Amino acid sequence: MDGHFAASDAGLDVARIREDFPILAQTVRGKPLVFLDSAASAQKPRQVVSAMVRCMETAYANVHRGPYYLSEQATDAYEAARAAVARFLGAGDAREVVFTRNATESINLVAHSYGRGVLRPGQAVLVSEMEHHANIVPWQMLRDERGVELRVCRVTEAGEIDLEDLSAKLADGKVGLVAVTHMSNVLGTVTPAERIAALAHEAGAKVLFDGSQAAVHRRVDVQAIGADFYVFTGHKLYGPTGIGVLWARAELLDRMPPFLGGGEMISSVTFERSEWAPAPAKFEAGTPPIVEAVGLRAAVDYVSAIGMPAAEAHERRLVDHAMRRLSDVEGLTVLGRAQDRGGVFSFALDNAHPHDLSTLLDRAGIAVRAGRHCAEPLHARFGLEGGTCRASFGLYTTVDEVDTLAEALAKAREFFN
Amino acid sequence: MFDDLRDLYQEVILDHGRKPRNFRRLEGANRVARGDNPLCGDRMELFVNVTPEGRIAEAAFQGRGCAISMASASLMTETVQGKTQAEATELAGKFRELAMSGVCPDCGASLADEMERLQPLAGVHEFPSRVKCATLAWHTLNAALADGAEERKATSE
Ligand SMILES: Cc1ncc(COP(=O)(O)O)c(C=O)c1O
Repeated sequence: MDGHFAASDAGLDVARIREDFPILAQTVRGKPLVFLDSAASAQKPRQVVSAMVRCMETAYANVHRGPYYLSEQATDAYEAARAAVARFLGAGDAREVVFTRNATESINLVAHSYGRGVLRPGQAVLVSEMEHHANIVPWQMLRDERGVELRVCRVTEAGEIDLEDLSAKLADGKVGLVAVTHMSNVLGTVTPAERIAALAHEAGAKVLFDGSQAAVHRRVDVQAIGADFYVFTGHKLYGPTGIGVLWARAELLDRMPPFLGGGEMISSVTFERSEWAPAPAKFEAGTPPIVEAVGLRAAVDYVSAIGMPAAEAHERRLVDHAMRRLSDVEGLTVLGRAQDRGGVFSFALDNAHPHDLSTLLDRAGIAVRAGRHCAEPLHARFGLEGGTCRASFGLYTTVDEVDTLAEALAKAREFFN
Repeated sequence: MFDDLRDLYQEVILDHGRKPRNFRRLEGANRVARGDNPLCGDRMELFVNVTPEGRIAEAAFQGRGCAISMASASLMTETVQGKTQAEATELAGKFRELAMSGVCPDCGASLADEMERLQPLAGVHEFPSRVKCATLAWHTLNAALADGAEERKATSE
């Protein structure tokens, strides 16, 4: 990719970036669209769309099967995507990257194959209060089926993981796996992954990070962090839906039984028994998301060309600006005040229910999410059972859009008074 | 900026949303049901007292939700008071139509006054994602009045 993204002193050339996202140029209800729901799913740059179209128009066939030109082309593209994701995560070996459908499936894969195959009844899985339901429910299912205990680490008033509580809950050595988010989809809190991994390892536990948000907002290096499992989802990283990633250390993947059974994941099948293919194929039963992998690769390339440092600097500017502007809105409560936070803000107005508020914001062309953002326990933790509205930022978000939001919030409060 | 939203958030709605009527637990209610909108977290508990003759002597509710769902429940508890169960069920059907389409062609035939009182909620039909907020109370009423249900629950889904 050319160098047109290079960061200047002013940060990213956001205007140039927005040209890559044609969807943003529209008006909604007569107002310019202000898309502030990237944490739910990000928009897609032309580069991703055209890579997928090109794949389907010129080099598409099933992978790993046909001994012919097109299939080889598609297989190469699919495996190149795996290698690109491995580099993106700082992984040592592309064979440690498993393609799934989304982050939810990645976590379910670990809960199934590591949880049922390696963990023993009497051991525990430790999650935190700030998890997305995708990192709660699979462990509850494991608990109910296998008698693995489920522990929950507290979140502080500031919206950070309570590391003392984490240590206390690790102390008896029964925890086999710590499964926590690397960035909260509600609070924006970026968790101290290295520290958490070190504490987990000291206590003899493995550690899984839900990087669904963090992989979008921070440079991730799974080896530097000391992760054992790391998951993310393609559609939040400007890639297509239908593809997610599980990275796991090779020796763990080797010890884990398969998740789904079928084609691609075996080395031999008779009616008496089957032998599993080595990872990652062992965990990729059936025809994989081929075109989606090509799209994800384009997304990873896109983000990498911009560069995480430039993206982070842009985000820091947006976050600082949003903190200032939102704290000026009378009657507005912003959830969390973590030291390290990314571009996700959940808030509540004192005189408007989040649903009413989002209907108003929609009229101003502003897309925010309302509800509990798949994090019911976290909202309960902060006494906000009725939910919040959430504004989240992407590469294409501008400072002006943050202003538009703040102004609309102030007007909304007047409206309901 | 939000002037065109006054159709949806009419003064009556904002008023009932802020100060819902019959917002209390009804001791001695002989019909109780819970209504949930799992998507947005709205939830309510509806209490109804039905006389032996089958008339709704009183209805009250508790819960949390947006202005639309609170106002709808509030207006409903006022409107169904004194109605027979059959009339209440008929109202629920007509209201559903009103909320979904904005009009209720055969509302003139019966219960016209009652439908007139519910008219301020007609604006939701232009907001597909909000129709459920308005209908949750009525789903819950249907559940409360349903015969033989052990555990009465309604969801907006
Ligand atoms: C922190 C976090 N974890 C997991 C998920 C689940 O992602 P997906 O729905 O793509 O599986 C999300 C997004 O919804 C998320 O924000």
